[in-house]
Amino acid sequence: MSTQEHTAAAHVHRDDVGSRMGMWLFLFTELLLFGGLFLLYSVYRFTYADQFHIAAKELNTIVGAFNTAVLLTSSLTMALSIVAIQRNQKLLSIVLQMITILLALFFMVNKYFEWTAKFHHGIYPGSEELLSRQPGEILFFGLYYVMTGLHGLHVLVGMVLIAVMARMTRQGTITHNNYVRLENTGLYWHLVDIIWIFLFPLFYLIT
Amino acid sequence: MQEKDHKVSNSHNYSIYILVWLALMILTTVTVAIAGMDIGRFTVATALVIASVKAFLVLSIFMHLRNEGKTFIIFVIVALFFLGISFILLFSDYSLQAGL
Repeated sequence: MSTQEHTAAAHVHRDDVGSRMGMWLFLFTELLLFGGLFLLYSVYRFTYADQFHIAAKELNTIVGAFNTAVLLTSSLTMALSIVAIQRNQKLLSIVLQMITILLALFFMVNKYFEWTAKFHHGIYPGSEELLSRQPGEILFFGLYYVMTGLHGLHVLVGMVLIAVMARMTRQGTITHNNYVRLENTGLYWHLVDIIWIFLFPLFYLIT
Repeated sequence: MQEKDHKVSNSHNYSIYILVWLALMILTTVTVAIAGMDIGRFTVATALVIASVKAFLVLSIFMHLRNEGKTFIIFVIVALFFLGISFILLFSDYSLQAGL
């Protein structure tokens, strides 16, 4: 017991593998959260295939593709920020984290303009314009707002997390031999990216 | 543990991530281009296959699964398996009902 206490005092107890495993377990709950929505989407698309096609024509493929590129690039800068901290390039890591946040912000600004354009055309949940349409179109836009909205919420959470990580890196809490927090934030960020990888073709590319 | 650290240190270079990013961008362009063509019922299938390839790249390289232990891989496979079951069971039921 005393030797254990001695070693415990010598190095702070850490279990990076366990920490990452915990993060993965959390990501699986996220997978089921979005998985349920994808199930809902697939059933309604199966039932109202033609009406989904008509509704999807109103989404702007170029904006969607552009946002996909922005999010994929933000995943790259996130992954590179971890390599930078592993190589003890602290400043580079912080800069890459800041770029990730800026790209996420850019994604959200695009989303904002996309949503407000839709609102402007009277397409929002419960609007008269939308309710006058066919049931498949109402369901398509309902799912569109819920799924991209929940995804956008995750992007916002990710931005806050990365900002906290950038601060911790600056303060020296995250270092080249203790960066599991940054890795876990990266895992979360990449999951958000994967969800968008599926949202994009399912909403923007069914013409 | 020592071996693990060694394996992780192999990923300490930038180039692989940039290559994967390029592949992801190319796949995005391909999926947009294919959606523009009219290939009927295969449109959804190709879009989903390309999305799955992209997700696989992100999981294995960006999320470091290829450097993690077996336990992580089994975890992910089990999680995807159960999600797959929900889809298969739902559609085996739903497609039959719709056919009636």
